[in-house]
Amino acid sequence: MAAPIVPVRTCVQVFLALVVLTGITTAVSFVDLGLWSNVVALGIAGLKGALVMLFFMNLRRGPRLLPVAVAAGLLWFLILVGQTLSDYFTRGWLGVPGK
Amino acid sequence: MSAGVETATTPAGAATPAHQFDSLDQQREAAALGMWVFLVTEVLFFGGLFTAYVVYRWSWAADFARASRRLDVTLGTVNTAVLIASSLTMALAVRAAQLGRRRGVVGFLLGTMGLGSVFLGIKLLEYSHKAHEHLFPGPGFRFEGAADLRPAELFFSLYFAMTGLHALHMIVGIGVLGALLWPAARGRFTAASHNWVEGAGLYWHFVDLVWIFLFPLLYLVGRHGS
Repeated sequence: MAAPIVPVRTCVQVFLALVVLTGITTAVSFVDLGLWSNVVALGIAGLKGALVMLFFMNLRRGPRLLPVAVAAGLLWFLILVGQTLSDYFTRGWLGVPGK
Repeated sequence: MSAGVETATTPAGAATPAHQFDSLDQQREAAALGMWVFLVTEVLFFGGLFTAYVVYRWSWAADFARASRRLDVTLGTVNTAVLIASSLTMALAVRAAQLGRRRGVVGFLLGTMGLGSVFLGIKLLEYSHKAHEHLFPGPGFRFEGAADLRPAELFFSLYFAMTGLHALHMIVGIGVLGALLWPAARGRFTAASHNWVEGAGLYWHFVDLVWIFLFPLLYLVGRHGS
């Protein structure tokens, strides 16, 4: 497999996109969107993270095995957060003797 | 740079793979996969702190929002931009290595280290502000306008733990890039063989990635409202 080299132009475009997204996320945080504030903030962070991984870390063009490693990492992270929250969010639901 | 991990170079100047690999491409792919697997363990390392943050913020949303407003959003935003710029120079350093441009690698590595140091400098400035405002968790912790100090103290405990761990990763990253400077200057990295630079690049971008999520969670949660 030949070495995939990311062009300078792409690097600079990704950089500019990341800076613009940073500005947007800071600006939007001053607007009260209720619970949507969290969704917007994490959505923009996710988008920025995807740009970094796809272009700067070259997941887009690199060996196909690498996205599998990333997906495995995300899966385990979701298990960590999901299972923990399923405990904390439901503790008040049932009256447990001795609680 | 120990032999066996990096490729050997024959007297003719052509790179050959380490003996356990069939080809340079295979070696390169193995190095990238190994680095990514390490980064996945790092995701889970930071993941514990992120999980703690979610649990406590869910329990004390209003206190976390009020405590978050004590952080300096301007410095935080500027620092985010600085770190993103350092990712750009890191990507260009990897590119220079892939093209076998010796001076480019050295220059962009130095640029990345410089921007990383600026980030740490700004972080240090923020830490000293927080210390002066008695926001460092412990016996001297003070937080005006709250009946119960503990949720705010919890927020700042998480703030210092998460950004401190992140800063530690930055310091390690700067050290790794510094270790690559000399071999880079000696022309150790060629178009055919530059796995060390690519691996360091992946690590650096990962540290940037962690900050991309830390920034909104710590600095922006309580910005709206007063």
